[in-house]
Amino acid sequence: MSTILKAPLTVEFPFTRSLGPVQSAFLTGLRERVVLGVRAGDGRVLVPPVEYDPVTAEEIRDLVEVAPTGTVTTWAWNHEPRRGQPLGAPFAWVLVRLDGADTALLHALDAPGPDAVRTGMRVRVRWAEERSGAITDIACFEPYDGDPVEPAGHSGEFADPVTGIVAPARLDYTYSPGRAQTGYINALAERRNVGERCPSCRKVYVPPRGACPTCGVATAEQVEVGPGGTVTTFCIVNIKAKNLDIEVPYVYAHIALDGADLALHGRIAGIPYDQVRIGLRVEPVWTEGARYPDHYRPTGEPDAEYDTFKELL
Amino acid sequence: MNREIAVVAFAQTDHRRTTDEFSEVEMLMPVLHQVLERTGLKTSDIGFTCSGSSDYLAGRAFSFTLALDGVGAWPPISESHVEMDGAWALYEAWVKLQTGDADTALVYAYGKSSPGSVRDVLTRQLDPYYVAPLWPDSVALAALQAQALIDAGATDEPALAAIGARSRTEAATNSHAQLRGSVPQGEYLVRPLRTGDCPPIGDGAAAVVLAAGERARDLCERPAWIRGIDHRIEAHGIGVRDLTDSPSTRLAAERAGAFERPVDTVELHAPFSSQEVILREVLELDDSVRVNPSGGAPAAHPVMAAGLIRIGEAAARIHRGESDRALAHATSGPCLQQNLVAVLEGDPR
Ligand SMILES: [Zn+2]
Repeated sequence: MSTILKAPLTVEFPFTRSLGPVQSAFLTGLRERVVLGVRAGDGRVLVPPVEYDPVTAEEIRDLVEVAPTGTVTTWAWNHEPRRGQPLGAPFAWVLVRLDGADTALLHALDAPGPDAVRTGMRVRVRWAEERSGAITDIACFEPYDGDPVEPAGHSGEFADPVTGIVAPARLDYTYSPGRAQTGYINALAERRNVGERCPSCRKVYVPPRGACPTCGVATAEQVEVGPGGTVTTFCIVNIKAKNLDIEVPYVYAHIALDGADLALHGRIAGIPYDQVRIGLRVEPVWTEGARYPDHYRPTGEPDAEYDTFKELL
Repeated sequence: MNREIAVVAFAQTDHRRTTDEFSEVEMLMPVLHQVLERTGLKTSDIGFTCSGSSDYLAGRAFSFTLALDGVGAWPPISESHVEMDGAWALYEAWVKLQTGDADTALVYAYGKSSPGSVRDVLTRQLDPYYVAPLWPDSVALAALQAQALIDAGATDEPALAAIGARSRTEAATNSHAQLRGSVPQGEYLVRPLRTGDCPPIGDGAAAVVLAAGERARDLCERPAWIRGIDHRIEAHGIGVRDLTDSPSTRLAAERAGAFERPVDTVELHAPFSSQEVILREVLELDDSVRVNPSGGAPAAHPVMAAGLIRIGEAAARIHRGESDRALAHATSGPCLQQNLVAVLEGDPR
């Protein structure tokens, strides 16, 4: 068996979210170096603030300013910071109950080592130089042995409130498609299209995924299909996709390769888009050095009889 | 309606650090075949199918629809999915059977953690406004909880190490487990948690079959009757909670009837050693109860399947006559945020 394919895969997107009145006030406050909490129905002040009472589920928005100083309620020493975390050098994760608050905020504490950290220690906010209205406007906490800082009693009203955040997400993977799809991709690189036959219903699936979706059994028998095929349905694409070097309009089609029992997807070219039709006979076009067909073009054969592909619609 | 519903079969993969040679469906399919084989049922006999998994683990969109290829979903089946541990898929199936719409259900769950970095992946389940932008990984959050327990005098580092060691010793007889026997406690990952306090990272899948009433007795010699099942959730902000306690587990256990009579076997889903300390306390477990004879999550932890495996392991002991009344627990989210408790019983012998 050939070696299983592997490739790096990065999933990355800007997570754009709107804020409600409470979150907006809190994050705008951080931009302005003001920490706000919200008073819950039982009188507790929650920091960071939430929009709904955790006990009664009532909407709450009675904002209360709390101090930028507080007490560590628990901690954990992180000797190997990971990508995206607040500090690049070893630091402590801390839950901090700010003075005037009844709940704790998660953040990082800049400290020289684990021996310098303990539950109950006093800390204060270190503000980020550049602030935009995000939790990262708090750069981190730092040890503090002074008096509590008296909050000014901010109302939570700001002239230019932050109404949304962008929280970038990025995850890195090493993707492997598994045995069946490795076989398919390797065959494509040799300009062959292969499927797998179900041992039970005898249908041939292209691309193969290692299982027959009808019978729910493993497939293993490789079968070469095509190269020719029949268009079973299509659509005309009029919107240009970002970073896609294909002129619109173009035709995107389902193509039943000869010998396959499932149609695959492909682009049709070499024929004006308004002349593509169901039943059109096509073949793959491979460009130099490519690992898969660039598109499918008409073979010039007469159109396939409907009865030959009606089961594949 | 209050129907008697039982777990009648259970199967799981061998859990391993990597399974590059398999796609998710290729990993899952043998387990589906095994669990059906144990009951003699075919896909077409199953009344309802429910699965648990997460696209974020392997970085594949809509992966559960591809996994359905392993079930045989044509002609159309009655099917549902939860983006959660399979224990919650089992709960949904249990509700479906309670309605009388189905007499049998297939529940499965799978997770491939090997393609990505599960510590980072799990940050994406956190509050996106206040927490996720800081990227606190799953070990860091568990370490905060462990330190809170140490500060409260509920445990210390040697006691935590003993929990991991006991689990892996128990797992010596579990051929499916990823870590078995003696495993070094290792270095700190995030202090106070060492490698030995944390679950192994791995790939795996599990499946169970549920059946109602007489159908269960037809399919299994000694069904594991679900006498009670309940799940509860706590505030998502971890700074709002008392991290040394788990009121959601206690409430779920009460509602599931766990405290009505003693249990003889417990399968706890405590990925981190410190979490077992909390769960033992709230579930009022003393040393007379066998906890995690399978080795538990410290021995094998396929994310999204590990909770369903707890129910499956507890049920399998009842099937084999090694237990008469067992408690199974599953958790999800950071620091025991969500908890499910099921109480299972075999017919009197
Ligand atoms: Zn088939």
